[in-house]
Amino acid sequence: MRGIRSLTILLTVFVIVTLAACGPTTETSEEGSPEPEIKDLILSTTTSTQDSGLLDELIPIFEEQTGYLVKTIAVGTGKALEMASLGEADVLLVHAPEAEKEVEAAGDVINRKLVMHNDFILVGPANDPVGLQELETASEAFEALFENESGFVTRGDDSGTDKMEKGIWADLGLKPNGDWYIDAGSGMADTLKIASEKGAYTLTDRGTYLALRDTLDLEILFEGDPILLNIYHVMQVNPEKFEHINAEGAAAFVDFMVAAETQEIIGEFGVDKFGLPLFFPDAGKEDQYDL
Amino acid sequence: MDFIGQGFIKALQLLLSGDKEVYSIALLTIKVSGTATLISLILGVPMGLYFAVARFRGREFMVGAVNAGMGLPPTVVGLWVALFFWRRGPLGFLGLMYTPAAMVIAQTIIALPLVAGLTMSAVQQLSPKLRLQILALGASPLQFWWLILHEVRLGVLAAVMAGFGRVIAEVGASMAVGGNVRWYSRVLTTSIVLEVNKGNFSLALALSFILLFISYGVTYWLTVLQQRRRQV
Repeated sequence: MRGIRSLTILLTVFVIVTLAACGPTTETSEEGSPEPEIKDLILSTTTSTQDSGLLDELIPIFEEQTGYLVKTIAVGTGKALEMASLGEADVLLVHAPEAEKEVEAAGDVINRKLVMHNDFILVGPANDPVGLQELETASEAFEALFENESGFVTRGDDSGTDKMEKGIWADLGLKPNGDWYIDAGSGMADTLKIASEKGAYTLTDRGTYLALRDTLDLEILFEGDPILLNIYHVMQVNPEKFEHINAEGAAAFVDFMVAAETQEIIGEFGVDKFGLPLFFPDAGKEDQYDL
Repeated sequence: MDFIGQGFIKALQLLLSGDKEVYSIALLTIKVSGTATLISLILGVPMGLYFAVARFRGREFMVGAVNAGMGLPPTVVGLWVALFFWRRGPLGFLGLMYTPAAMVIAQTIIALPLVAGLTMSAVQQLSPKLRLQILALGASPLQFWWLILHEVRLGVLAAVMAGFGRVIAEVGASMAVGGNVRWYSRVLTTSIVLEVNKGNFSLALALSFILLFISYGVTYWLTVLQQRRRQV
């Protein structure tokens, strides 16, 4: 039976691996912080907050202060809101105010608070074949893109950015389709890469573009129209509507996101790397945006 | 093409400098994929042996299911496992969603058909006379299975390599049921996706080299085990 020995060795090693796997897998230090009743807190958020690195800065501070283990699930805003409507998340940080209001009206989320904004910009090839740089409003810019058919990449993933873009086309009564309108079905980073490779235009949030600028052949060609503001809200999933919601943790996270110290960190985030902030803190300024 | 060279150097730097996060990600990758491979070995080898030798009603259906399962897309497995483990899903009360345990379960489902199927085909390549010979020599049922297993050990090791290779390389299921939570359920493939999205191509490339090191290391070790016992 000596030939079996190799299998036996194999099994032994895998058993050891399994036993090791049963050990603790987290390495976050929770010393000195209070131990909450339910530890896991599921934060459903958009890819832009994770890809920009902002959450990597904020989440450890929150965990340190409160003792929760935050499970950040970065998806498009559409899916994040869907997770709320299914009761599969505890707290949300998303950027599609119109869609958020619908979910709020349905009673799926409560305690919705303004956190910060940055803005959407139109980027494209440096030679700007459509001539966006001479245009004044976002409406003009989108109409020019539609008429020139020179190439536009859409996220097509029901994210906040996608909702913003589709909303603008709809407001203008335009239905973009054809070869020039490329549906990427991807996150912001992939969409920017596709636009860069194809020499096409796309709508992006400023943060992701700045973070990736060095790897792209894209320039900012239109910016500054107030309708292109990208506004982030935090909100908790309604614990009275769904079971197993970590309501205390969610409320703590909402409070944390609008706290003065957190707002200060948000305002400074990215300055050291890009020379300018990626997000502008807005807590308590609900009146300014008429939301 | 400097990218590749830089990525390779960065991978070595990360490994040599003992970067805590990279090590914890690599370790979790080995734990999750290793555990899933082990479970699929324990379940899949007896399944493969049984399906190859036994004759029973519905056998062809089962064999077909195993063979089709070898090509199961990880994203599909991730979706189904997620549906079960969601809070409102049938197994939601276990609280396994977005945990390494859920990743092990999903990866086991991905590796199991591969291990069972390759074991099965290894057994079926044996001469049909061998079975009669073993039985004629008066082997007990336990001795019979043991001898068959002994004959197909090379094939079983190949099945284990294929299973491990598949699960350590998959990203869809780990992302769906693990959630890519930092310090908790982030493995090499999901962190590569994240770093690509962040535009950190060199770090993504470095992580991919580490994935290749691990995958090659484990496979090489299994190959040594496999080839050492070969007589011919």
